[in-house]
Amino acid sequence: MSDAKKFMYINRKAPYGTIYAWESLEVVLIGAAFEQDVSLAFMDDGVYQLTKGQDTSGIGMKNFSPTYSALGDYEVSKIYVEKESLEERGLTLDDLQHLVWEDEDEDYAEKDSIRLVSRAELADVLAGQDVLFNF
Amino acid sequence: MGSIEANGKTYETDEEGYLADLNSWDKDVAEVMAKIDDCELTDNHWEVINFLREYYEEYQIAPAVRVLTKAIGKKLGKDKGNSKYLYELFPYGPAKQACKYAGLPKPTGCV
Repeated sequence: MSDAKKFMYINRKAPYGTIYAWESLEVVLIGAAFEQDVSLAFMDDGVYQLTKGQDTSGIGMKNFSPTYSALGDYEVSKIYVEKESLEERGLTLDDLQHLVWEDEDEDYAEKDSIRLVSRAELADVLAGQDVLFNF
Repeated sequence: MGSIEANGKTYETDEEGYLADLNSWDKDVAEVMAKIDDCELTDNHWEVINFLREYYEEYQIAPAVRVLTKAIGKKLGKDKGNSKYLYELFPYGPAKQACKYAGLPKPTGCV
């Protein structure tokens, strides 16, 4: 896997109203089949994509929020959430889904996927990527 | 668009034979779809089909074949969680063919 590139998908938009959030998630799931080193970042209104208890019955769109829980199955284990974006919206980690992945090397131990990072820390993470996708 | 007849009922499908409406699925239509492919559904087939329906219920997606294989291995044992076993059951590709019989859309990322 030495030739694996570091792919980062940046999610900045609210989950519904535009197709960006769902499209991003689909691209991530498709891309995960190619065994690259995949990370996701959620910032600005993108942090709403991960909130618990979404109900789309009033807007006639599919509630795709349960699909984020499948990311662990696709070996996506690095999900960065920007701290400032949460705070600006009056949200905390408790408002987000609890996303986990299973570490095969440690007898399938469940580990947290979400990493809360500051704006400055996220900038460093972005700088270390090979490919950035903006959604 | 096409359609399939099973037990006197008509089920709408897309151009590739996947059910247009997930909720219209029942065991009869699965049996008929399998028969069209010359495949007889055994308990081993149903185990995978039911697993896929549960996976979709929980995550709202049909899993990619790699993910399916791993998840089946975890749930039903290593002797079933491998490509050889799954391809013997579903020679047209376990994710594609089993998802079709399960009434799910074509798996995301399935080429």
